[in-house]
Amino acid sequence: MDLNFTPEEQDFRTEVRNWLADNLPEDLATKTRNDAPLTKDDMVRWQVILNDKGWLTYGWPTEFGGAGWGPVKQFIFEDEMARACAPRILPFGLKMLAPVLMKFGSKEQQDHYLPRMCDGTDWWCQGYSEPGAGSDLASLKTAAVRSGDHYVVNGQKTWTTLGQYADWIFCLVRTSKEGKPQEGISFLLIDMKSPGIEVRPIRTIDGGHEVNEVFFTDVKVPAENLVGEENKGWTYAKYLLTHERTNIAGVGKSNQELDRLKALARSQKRGGKPLSEDPLFAARMARVEIDLMNMEITNLRVLAEAEAGGVPGPESSMLKILGTEIEQELTDLTRRALGRSATALTPEVDEPGYNGPHVAPEGFNNATGVYFNHRKTTIYGGSNEIQKNIITKMITGL
Amino acid sequence: MDFTHTDTRRMLADTIERYLRDKYPLAPRVEAGNAAPGFQPAHYEGLAELGVIAALFPEDQGGFGGEGFDIAVVFEELGKRLVNEPALDNALVPGPILAAAGKMDAVEEIIAGSARYALAAEEPQAFYDLTEVETKAVKSGDGYALSGTKSVVKYASGCAGFIVSARTDAGISLFLVAPDAIELREYNTVDGGQACEITLDGAPGEMLVEDGASALDAASGRAIVALSAEALGIMATIREMTIDYLRQRKQFGVPIGKFQALQHRMAEMLLEIEQARSAVINAAAALEKPQPERDRVLAATKYSIGRIGRLVAEESIQMHGGIGMTWEFDLGHFAKRLILIDHEWGDQDFHLARFINASRAA
Ligand SMILES: Cc1cc2nc3c(=O)[nH]c(=O)nc-3n(C[C@H](O)[C@H](O)[C@H](O)COP(=O)(O)OP(=O)(O)OC[C@H]3O[C@@H](n4cnc5c(N)ncnc54)[C@H](O)[C@@H]3O)c2cc1C
Repeated sequence: MDLNFTPEEQDFRTEVRNWLADNLPEDLATKTRNDAPLTKDDMVRWQVILNDKGWLTYGWPTEFGGAGWGPVKQFIFEDEMARACAPRILPFGLKMLAPVLMKFGSKEQQDHYLPRMCDGTDWWCQGYSEPGAGSDLASLKTAAVRSGDHYVVNGQKTWTTLGQYADWIFCLVRTSKEGKPQEGISFLLIDMKSPGIEVRPIRTIDGGHEVNEVFFTDVKVPAENLVGEENKGWTYAKYLLTHERTNIAGVGKSNQELDRLKALARSQKRGGKPLSEDPLFAARMARVEIDLMNMEITNLRVLAEAEAGGVPGPESSMLKILGTEIEQELTDLTRRALGRSATALTPEVDEPGYNGPHVAPEGFNNATGVYFNHRKTTIYGGSNEIQKNIITKMITGL
Repeated sequence: MDFTHTDTRRMLADTIERYLRDKYPLAPRVEAGNAAPGFQPAHYEGLAELGVIAALFPEDQGGFGGEGFDIAVVFEELGKRLVNEPALDNALVPGPILAAAGKMDAVEEIIAGSARYALAAEEPQAFYDLTEVETKAVKSGDGYALSGTKSVVKYASGCAGFIVSARTDAGISLFLVAPDAIELREYNTVDGGQACEITLDGAPGEMLVEDGASALDAASGRAIVALSAEALGIMATIREMTIDYLRQRKQFGVPIGKFQALQHRMAEMLLEIEQARSAVINAAAALEKPQPERDRVLAATKYSIGRIGRLVAEESIQMHGGIGMTWEFDLGHFAKRLILIDHEWGDQDFHLARFINASRAA
C-alpha cells in the first residue's frame, strides 16, 4: 500500500495552491472563513475568475469544455479550495444539472445551457422537494400537462436553495398518474421569469434567508424544455444524485474548520489557561480530529476505487453521514469555545459601518447561527436516516 | 418518599400555566425578543401580579416561597411557554443579594415587579468563572469608584440599579451602581432576548456585600435550579411537539413515527428527559444542603441539562426534517433557548469539572 499521492498529483496540488494564493480575492476568503453570507455578486465574481482559468468546469469531460480531471485531481482541487477559504461553487447548475444534460439532454439543450452556466448568465436552482414530498420524493404532485407545444405547470416546490437569485429552475414534475409513482415523473427546465411563478422566502432558525417556496400557477413551459423522455425523469434524478459524490464528505472544509477551532481554543482562556489545554475541551477536539483523520482515509479509499473506474454506491451515503456529523460537531465545538459570548446575536459585526459592541472574538460573530444553520446538513440531500436505509439495503440486502 | 408538589405549588403552577396559555402566544414573544428591551414589560408586570416573583422569595423578604422547589415550579412553567421575561436575571438573582445588604425597599419593588435590577458579574475573559474578576473598586470618599468591563449582562436596560462584582484589596465584593454611572451597549441574543456590554470608568459604587464570592455562589445555585427547570419545561414542550409531528407527518404513505429508526430515537429522548427531570428535582432539594454535597448535585444537574438539552434540541430538529429549520415554526425557537441555557451560569464542561472537584472534596 502507498497512502501518498503520486508526485504528479502533488505537483498539481502545489500549482492549485499557488494559483489560489494569487487569485482568490481577500475579501471573499475572509467572508467565507468567517461564515458571513456571500451575496450573489460575490459568488458570481469568483465563478468568473475560475472560469477564465478554465477551472470552473473541472468535473466536466473535455468534450464539453471541461478540465477532464479524474476523481483524485478533483478531490485535490476541492481540498485546496476549501483550505484557502474559497467560496463554495454552487452545485445546482454545474454539478447537478450539467451531467444530466450531458447524458440525457438534446444537443440544442447542451449547446444553449452549458455555456450560460459557466459565464454566470444563468443561475440555476433545484426544484425537487414539495411540502408533502421530502424523503419520499417520488410522491411529488406538481403537475405538468401537455397542451400543444408546451406544458402547463401547477403546484408548489419548497426548500429551494437560493431560488431568490435564480434565473432558471430544474424541476421534477408529474406528467402521469399511472403505474408506480416513480414512473410518471418528468424533468423540466423552467424560466423563473415565466408568468405565474411566485417565489416566497423562508426564514431559517438562524434568521437567514437561503431557502424559498416556489409557486406555479398555470405556468407555460415550452415542450422543448423537457429533458430526455417524458415520464423518465426519475432515472435522470437518480443519476444526478449518484454523480459527483466523491467529495461529499467535505474533508477540506472540515480540516479548515478544525484548524480555525484549534486557533480559537488557543486564544480563549479557561481558568487562566488556554482552552486548548483544558482536558475536557481538548478531549472533545481530539475525538473529532481522530474521526476526521479516519474519514479522510475512508474518502481516499473511495476515491482510489472511483479513479479505477468504480461507481460509488453506498460509499457516497457513508461519506455523507460521516462528513455531515463531523461538520456539525465542529460547529458545536466552535460555539462552545466561545463561552458566554456565543449567545450574542451580532452577525452584522462584519458589515461595513458597524459600530455596535464586539462580544465574540473577531471572525466568530455568527458561530451560534452557523451551528443552528448546520443542522440542515443531516436533513437535506437525502437525510442521514435515508442514507442509512440505503446503506443497509445495498450492503446487507436487509 | 413523596415526589408530588405541595398544593400551594401546584396551584401556583396552574395559575401560571393558565395565564400563559391565555395571554402569552409565541409570535409576540419572538418579535419582542429581537428588539429592545428584549421582553414584554406588560407581561413581566402581569406575572409579578400573579405572585410569580413573590414565589421566588421567602416570607422574611416579603415573598411566600423562595425554596428550591418554588423556583423549580415557576421556571418549569415559564420554560414550557418559552417565556423570556427577566424573572431570573432581574429578580431571582439580584433580589437575595439586595436583601442580604438590607435593601428591603428594593426587594419590595422587585417582588411587585415595579423595579428591576441586574447582576453584572461576568467579564469577557471569565469563561463562566465569576471569580475571574479584573474590575477594580478603590475607596473614594464615602464609597468606591469602579473601573472595568462586564460582558453579556442580560436585560440590563431600564434597570433601577446594577450589582457589580469588583476586586478590592480584600477580595471580590459586590457593589450597587446607579444606571446613569454606567455605559451600556445593547444587543439581542440568539435565543431572543437582550443583553449588553458594560464599561465602568470610575463609576461610584456602594458596597453591598463584602464577601462577594459566597454571594455569587449562592446566586449561582438559585440560577442553576431556575435554568435547569426552565430547560425541563422547554424539553417537555419539544417532546409533545415532536410526538405530534411523528404522528402527523406522512412520508412513504405512513406517519413517519412508524419508522423504527425514529421510534428508538424518540424513546431515547423520552428517557433522557426523565433523567433531566430527576436532575432538576435533585438540584431543587440540594439547594439548602451543606457543602460539598450541594455543589456536587448542582454541578451534576447543570451538566446533565447541558448534555440532554443538546440531544433534545438536535434530535427534535432532525426528526422534523426541513420544517424544523424554519423561523416560522415554533420548534426552532425552543431549541435555540435550550442550547443557549448551556451558555449561562456555566456550560456542561464547566460543571463536569466542578463535579469532579466537589467529588474529590466529598
Ligand atoms: C436548508 C435546506 C435546503 C434545501 N435545499 C433544497 C433545494 O435546493 N432543492 C430541493 O429540492 N430540496 C431542498 N431541500 C429539501 C430537502 O431535500 C428535504 O428537506 C429532505 O429531503 C427531507 O425532507 P423533509 O424535510 O420533507 O423531511 P421528511 O421527509 O418529512 O422527514 C422527517 C424526518 O423523518 C425521517 N424519515 C423520513 N422517512 C424515513 C424513513 N423511511 N426511515 C427513517 N426515517 C425517515 C427523516 O430522516 C427526517 O428525520 C433543502 C432542505 C433544507 C433544510
